[in-house]
Amino acid sequence: MLKTPATSEVASEKKSVSKKKFVFRLNANDKYFSMFFLGPSLLLLGLFVFYPLFKTLYISMFLTDTFGNTTVFTGLQNYVNLISSADFMNSLFVTLIYVLAVTVLTITMGLLLANLASKKLPGIGIFRTLYSMTMGVSVAVAAIFWLFMFNPSTGFFALVSNALKLTPINWLTDPKNAMLAVIITTVWMNLGFTFLILLGSIESVPRSLYEAAEVEGASSSRQFFKITLPMISPTLFFVSTITIIDAFKSFGLIDLITKGGPTNATNMLVYRIYKDAFYSGNYAKSSTEAIILTVIIAFFTLIQFKFLEKKVNY
Amino acid sequence: MPTILKNVSKEYAQGKKVLDNVSAEIKTGEFFVIVGPSGCGKSTLLRMIAGLTEISDGTIKIEDRVVNDLPPKDRNLTMVFQSYALFPFLSVWDNVAFGLKARQNDAAKIKERVDNALKMVNLEEFSDRKPRELSGGQRQRVALARAVASDAKICLMDEPLSNLDAQLRIKMHQEIYALQRKLGLTLIYVTHDQVEAMTMADHIMVLNDSKIQQVGTPTEIYNHPANEFVASFFGVPPINLMNAKKVSENIALVNKDFEVELAQTIEEENFRIGIRPNQLQVNKADELHANATIKAVEFLGDEKIVHTEMNHGGVISVIVASEAVFDPFESIEITCDDSSKALLFDLDGNNITETQGVAYNA
Amino acid sequence: MQNIDEKAVLKRLMTYVVLIALALVILAPFFIGIWTSFLPTMSIAKGDLFNTNLSLDNYIAALTKTPILRYLANSLVISTITMIAQLIFCSMSAYAFVFLKFKYRKLFFALFLVTMMLPFEAQIIPNFQTIKSLGLLDNYAALIVPFLTSAFGTFMLRQSFKQTPKELKEAADIEGLNHFQFYSRIVLPYNKISLITLGAYSFLGAWNQYLWPMLTTFSNNSRIIQNGLKQLQSEETFNDWGMIQASAAIIVIPTIIVLFIGQHYFKSGMNEGAVK
Repeated sequence: MLKTPATSEVASEKKSVSKKKFVFRLNANDKYFSMFFLGPSLLLLGLFVFYPLFKTLYISMFLTDTFGNTTVFTGLQNYVNLISSADFMNSLFVTLIYVLAVTVLTITMGLLLANLASKKLPGIGIFRTLYSMTMGVSVAVAAIFWLFMFNPSTGFFALVSNALKLTPINWLTDPKNAMLAVIITTVWMNLGFTFLILLGSIESVPRSLYEAAEVEGASSSRQFFKITLPMISPTLFFVSTITIIDAFKSFGLIDLITKGGPTNATNMLVYRIYKDAFYSGNYAKSSTEAIILTVIIAFFTLIQFKFLEKKVNY
Repeated sequence: MPTILKNVSKEYAQGKKVLDNVSAEIKTGEFFVIVGPSGCGKSTLLRMIAGLTEISDGTIKIEDRVVNDLPPKDRNLTMVFQSYALFPFLSVWDNVAFGLKARQNDAAKIKERVDNALKMVNLEEFSDRKPRELSGGQRQRVALARAVASDAKICLMDEPLSNLDAQLRIKMHQEIYALQRKLGLTLIYVTHDQVEAMTMADHIMVLNDSKIQQVGTPTEIYNHPANEFVASFFGVPPINLMNAKKVSENIALVNKDFEVELAQTIEEENFRIGIRPNQLQVNKADELHANATIKAVEFLGDEKIVHTEMNHGGVISVIVASEAVFDPFESIEITCDDSSKALLFDLDGNNITETQGVAYNA
Repeated sequence: MQNIDEKAVLKRLMTYVVLIALALVILAPFFIGIWTSFLPTMSIAKGDLFNTNLSLDNYIAALTKTPILRYLANSLVISTITMIAQLIFCSMSAYAFVFLKFKYRKLFFALFLVTMMLPFEAQIIPNFQTIKSLGLLDNYAALIVPFLTSAFGTFMLRQSFKQTPKELKEAADIEGLNHFQFYSRIVLPYNKISLITLGAYSFLGAWNQYLWPMLTTFSNNSRIIQNGLKQLQSEETFNDWGMIQASAAIIVIPTIIVLFIGQHYFKSGMNEGAVK
């Protein structure tokens, strides 16, 4: 039925030549283009991410002088020292408390606001704008606003308790309250962004699901737990990991509000890294702490990637 | 100068051929349709002609030049995509001008060509709109205008009408056909729709399973299909294909249910026979003479299609006049009074009808 | 029937009450901050917040007696340059990952992914030394150079570029566009929304830097607004709450306005780029 073409030697030779040439054309071009397109980013990341990573890892296995020069190789001794230091374990502990509280509060509050603001009511746009407003507030501004709220003599909370004849709370001098103050400020700062993302996600849940539930007479709380929550769970997961990672990296608010105090109650990881290196000049210790922070962040980022991998194909 | 495909093959993974040894000649100025079911490799073939996909084997010659190693832009052709490939951020006018600008024509020439092309597809008033402000049919026309504006003489189209509704499709058939004739384009058109192929093509290439099944004019392909696949791919409802057994020199027993007198002598003891639905007759019959039962009757306006189940298994469709009255579950007798157009196939599916005698492998 | 109506109205009313109450709680620090910025420091110190003796004195003082405008300008310049640089370099590397075929592409992409797992905060010591040895301390460049590109931006744009229909690339190939032309004329305009999102993101990122500028800048010539505010709050104007609040307001009001305008883009972009 079909003509079976005779593959002569000449033909097969010709085709192999042309095949090679074609491959050459494609790759030769792309090679130089890719150097141009990828080169700058690769170079920058190499210099400011990969080199520092290895340098930090390297320093963490030495003792250092006050100029940051490595002196004696100690292997993992720095790590052992850290883990057996009550001071460091305290830092790790307060960081964990902080991360946990910030994440739980940010997500629940964000969810509450987003669910409320997703209702189709007249004027709801105003509330959406108001709730997302903290997104425009930078670290220093947030710190200043809240420092005034917490101020023991002239602060807003102090005034309110005075007016109500209550004993004023020592926000920034009591260890437990200082932690609470930092948590409140962080959550407040996170809220705008979290709210916006969750709202977007809730709005993308198909209306028909709610209509179907409505027809079957499901209450609005039931609708929230049985429809909204499961439908937005990928976003919820995404926002949670971002919040966790950001909380582990907190520095600005702590420096501005408590400076790690009182009595180390808010002396969290990054603040420690900074203090140990740039105040005490203990670069080896600081690098060791930095590697521990890296491991923690990498762990949570990896979880996020694993999850995203299921959702998106990259 | 024609476009010649010679022993063209495409292999992605080792041993997994998407196209196997495809050879054909596409004459200058003709409407050439490549048709086949999805996954048969037709789009890959078109992309290889365009230069968007590498050729694993064989040669492609356009106007006497082997183009295997040429990048798409040097092949002097245009392409209309299934999704139209319009740039959403450019106006209609700029979309049409895009290729001309990329090839650095001078402004006056671009303007003349674009205006002309838009006029030809009746989109002059829409030149400032963005693609998203247009209907599907209008977008399709912008894509056409882009091909028209180009000075390339070869135009490739990849299922350009599959995103349109049926009515619009018929209208666009006519417009594309008229444009092709008017501009004298060599048009290579890929579709999975046999009706499109039949109505527009000068020549059709039928692809299936990575291989060419047949190349020929619509008439050749319909009347003298190379094999069972081609026979069943063209025609609505599809041709009835049944097992047949030689009874005497020119009489065959079809599906053990009825006998047909053939216009040729038969050599094979067992073979296959293909009879189009309009070449069969149905008559009501009593239990004794009936050889089939009606399953369903479709009313199409000026005719009816009767779907029947043969007594010895197998489903057959027959076209009858729309006045004929048939109902499901009726017992009937199917006959073939004039078998001159019946097609015979060997058990491998190859056409063995003697009347073929036409070069379907052109 | 009327009963149901009443119930519905009541429910709606309750919703509004909750909405307003929450808005008040959330925005309290904000409003109190803005309100006190108009009050004389004396009244604030006395706890007399319900004073109506409002004036712009604090603003005038902040603008004339402190280098806040200089800080603001520093922040603006640094954030803008960082944003532009990231848009260019991230889109270029994302383009390479989506549209170019080259050796070790997967490996390089894996490197970018790994980069996203590494916190900058953990790398301040070597980076400080690098910037110091380059002689860039207390210079705009110290705050810009390490952030010229970002793995996150590359990743986000790559996700977006991958959605560019394959046919657009093929159409461009047929017209003979090279990679520079395809990148600038088609990929960039096609992915406008993602670029705007990344732009906003990188601008805000640079604007909100705190630790790194604190380490690398120490004069008003290069100090950015975040650290500048701390400077004001901790130094000379120790108890001048009115002026501090006014400084905060000067910074926050423009960002809020920008945010309102850009909210639509930002929301859709975030959801698209991040969560899909």
